[in-house]
Amino acid sequence: MTISVDCAPPASAPQQHKEWLEDVALFEKQNPNITVNSIFENPCEVPASFTAMLKAGNEPNVFYTYFTDKNQVLDAGQAADITSYVNSKTVPALKDIVPTALAAVTAGKTLYGLPTVNYTQGLIINRVLFKQAGLNPDQPPTTWAEVEQDAKAITKLGHGIFGYGDYSAGNNGGWHFSSEIDAEGGHMINSAGTGAAFNSDQGKAVLQALHQMRFVDHSMSPTQQLAWGTLQKQMAANKLGMYIAAPDDIYNVIVPQDGGNINDYGMGPLPSTSGTPAGSLSGGNDYMFAKRDTPAQIEAGIKWLVFENLTPGVGFYNYARQKADGFPVGFPEPQMFTGATEAKQQQLMTKSATVNPAYFSTFASAHELAMGEPADAQAVYKTLDPVMLEVLTNPNANISQLLSTATGQVNQILANSG
Amino acid sequence: MSAHGFLIGAVLCFGFFSWYPICREIVMSFQKSRLGVTSWAGLSNYERIFRDPTFWTAWKNTLEFTVLALIIGYAVPFFVAILLNELRHAKGYLRCLVYLPVMLPPTSALLLFAYFYDPSYGLFNDVLRHLHLPVSQWVQSPGTGLPSMAMISVVIAATWMNMGGATLIYLAALQNIPGELYDAAELDGAGLFRKIRHVTIPQTRLILSMLLLLQIVATMQMFVEAFILTNGGAGVNNNTLSVVNLIYQYAFALSGASNYNSASALGVVLMLVLAVFSGGYLWLTRQTDR
Repeated sequence: MTISVDCAPPASAPQQHKEWLEDVALFEKQNPNITVNSIFENPCEVPASFTAMLKAGNEPNVFYTYFTDKNQVLDAGQAADITSYVNSKTVPALKDIVPTALAAVTAGKTLYGLPTVNYTQGLIINRVLFKQAGLNPDQPPTTWAEVEQDAKAITKLGHGIFGYGDYSAGNNGGWHFSSEIDAEGGHMINSAGTGAAFNSDQGKAVLQALHQMRFVDHSMSPTQQLAWGTLQKQMAANKLGMYIAAPDDIYNVIVPQDGGNINDYGMGPLPSTSGTPAGSLSGGNDYMFAKRDTPAQIEAGIKWLVFENLTPGVGFYNYARQKADGFPVGFPEPQMFTGATEAKQQQLMTKSATVNPAYFSTFASAHELAMGEPADAQAVYKTLDPVMLEVLTNPNANISQLLSTATGQVNQILANSG
Repeated sequence: MSAHGFLIGAVLCFGFFSWYPICREIVMSFQKSRLGVTSWAGLSNYERIFRDPTFWTAWKNTLEFTVLALIIGYAVPFFVAILLNELRHAKGYLRCLVYLPVMLPPTSALLLFAYFYDPSYGLFNDVLRHLHLPVSQWVQSPGTGLPSMAMISVVIAATWMNMGGATLIYLAALQNIPGELYDAAELDGAGLFRKIRHVTIPQTRLILSMLLLLQIVATMQMFVEAFILTNGGAGVNNNTLSVVNLIYQYAFALSGASNYNSASALGVVLMLVLAVFSGGYLWLTRQTDR
């Protein structure tokens, strides 16, 4: 029996491609009745094409989705119910998978997929610029006041270097705002999921800090309207001091794609007014199963995901192989497991670590509370992009007015999607 | 019979790729889809788009773009064509130069302009700095006034990209005007502007009115210009959000709340507006011809 699986690394990423093919060969050897038909693609999901694929109903048997895609996959009626197939026997690490990640693929009591990556965000810092500016890179700032102070010091280096950067396009502005408000202890959406909750002191504090850095301190660039992929390039080119991201930005983008040096970056927790983040937006991705899959295909798909993504020491978690292949090992991510599974994963990772864990210690020890993403996340983020953009481009931006207008728009979105 | 045979290809192409999608769009605008089940939704998709505050913003911006594109994008190629027609030297070279931007893929041309407009290191601000003039945030300018700096920036890029085609069409029309008409006008003492007003414009009226219609229909469907220049967004405070951009957002960008049905409803509204405009325009030109 054959299962098609997408998000396989293409030949343009030779080492990842090689590791994937090795895993498929080993899995097929262990399960001679299963053939994995890999669909090679990067990026794993292009949202517009993904939506079109769902409408056409031609997704692979086991298909990659972001956590934020759950509603649209269910609305399109394309996900199979896998609840009865998943138990501690078929998925040994089940009880140790972090609850927010499992919640991201669950609707009511029905399970529609298995999570494979889960993250919280922190503050990535450029250790080189910190040192040049006379700052201590082992003590990343934790409060917005410290971020502002350090950003000013870094901007003084000149040569087009700016202390802080943030997004305001491609839904990424709203996405970051969401994480920043989580750290402040605020919420994007009320607990009932029926209305916007970001027009709060916490929301205003975040936007005020950004506006201060952009127009009072001038420690953010006049070039705004930036989307994902831009700040990583600035960081790799040593032109940016700090920005908010998950750790994988360093080892997936800044170093391999943008040419940064692996030892030049560190990470602290998300900034907040108090210095102790109340939480962080957590996100990630998962695999779901096509509605048309036969029971045997669902069983085979679960077997494959357990092998490739949910077992320490194997597949994605084969740290010894990653080290041998020249990949950096030792980042505090993905935060998929708790309990015994996490302990085993950490032990294996530490054994093969190639990056200095001290660079990430303040992020790791903050143990940020994973908050999950708001209801209708992408639509909400889209609505907050113009707010972030206005705050970062208009010296006279009226923050209260902007949040009030966006509240009306988000309430409308939530009412329509209910 | 052979005439009908020749028609089949065109009819099939139009049927599959134009008429069927139009009919499907109309049907989908009255439906909703939940958990894979499609059902009739009455006018709820239309109610949703009319209640959306960005609906009116998008229409305001689209009309702003259309008017600015007419003022700048319609007049500039006409005068460039007149200038090219009058030139005695380097005609071929200059025509090639004017047409060159049309040959660039729109995305490349717009990415070039995105770089020109960059507030930190863009070419335009560099020039302004050298001239000791105040710099601008161009397409990232805040403000939703009429006209907004952001929208003017979009129109400048769009005009640069598209004027080559219109210029060539005007040029062809200008070269069909008999030279004796200009000679006669000159004998009657007409200067350059009177010749343009009394000879050039009346003689090219048909081409001018055809391009006017085509340009309005095209500019009302503006999408790629603002989309690329704003990095997939819609400008500061949505000041470059167009109707087609909003359709795209409904259908694709709002992953999680993506809604083909609302997108279809907005598509139908845009189609009706353009159909009413085109019908009214054709009726008016027929009246004038009589």
